[in-house]
Amino acid sequence: MIAQNIGFWIIAATMVVAALRVVTTNNVVHAALWLVVVLSGAAGQYILLAAEFVAVTQVLVYIGAVMVLFLFGTMLTRARIGSDSDLNNSYKKLGIPVATVMLAAMALALIRSFGDEKMPVSDNIVSTQQVSDQIFGPYLLPFWALSFVLLAAVIGAIVLARKD
Amino acid sequence: MFVNQFLFLAAVLFCIGVYGVIARKNAVLMLMSIELILNSVNINLLAFAMRNGSTDGHTFALYIIAVAAAEVGVGLGLVLLVYRNKKTISVDELSEMRG
Repeated sequence: MIAQNIGFWIIAATMVVAALRVVTTNNVVHAALWLVVVLSGAAGQYILLAAEFVAVTQVLVYIGAVMVLFLFGTMLTRARIGSDSDLNNSYKKLGIPVATVMLAAMALALIRSFGDEKMPVSDNIVSTQQVSDQIFGPYLLPFWALSFVLLAAVIGAIVLARKD
Repeated sequence: MFVNQFLFLAAVLFCIGVYGVIARKNAVLMLMSIELILNSVNINLLAFAMRNGSTDGHTFALYIIAVAAAEVGVGLGLVLLVYRNKKTISVDELSEMRG
């Protein structure tokens, strides 16, 4: 338990610092690379939460596919790769009070609801078999719907980005 | 491990993502902030799955990952189209709908 706690806090601190860099850096490529740090940290948290299949999917889909899309999007839409001072709104200071108030409200709700409730201690991790029994059992219909969403998204992206 | 430490991490990431959506003008960076928000939701779902000892949260987290992938694909297609037509991806420039 102590080792897991130490791991949690190290990964959490890394994730928060990297997330702050994602939203403050002046370089689009650097933002994408900091986002990789956040996503890897999230995968580590999933493993701490005994969700190994979701963690592997996170690495494959997010770090493997989505980040490549982001980097391609950056390259295709910007001639200049480098720092750029024109990435933020003029009213970006407005975001700080909004985010702070939101965080305070959520923190209050969390402390009131869960206080110092502990995670249940169990040795069994959720196996891939259990997850697939869920997906292809009670959640089969959403799975089909999701397949059509992905198909529509792929076709839509091709249609949108095609030169004609 | 407390339940709250995971939920707090998710809340902090969510608020950073909201700040990013408000503060950023570049469309690609706005999409990245949205990814931060979606990831914080996934951490929440898996924390509750562990707390309740169920696997439903895992299923929902996987669905969210798939929907996020679709969203990024369509979003970047739109950004490419906007760039081709306007030569910029600053969302401030897209003001044709203003009355």
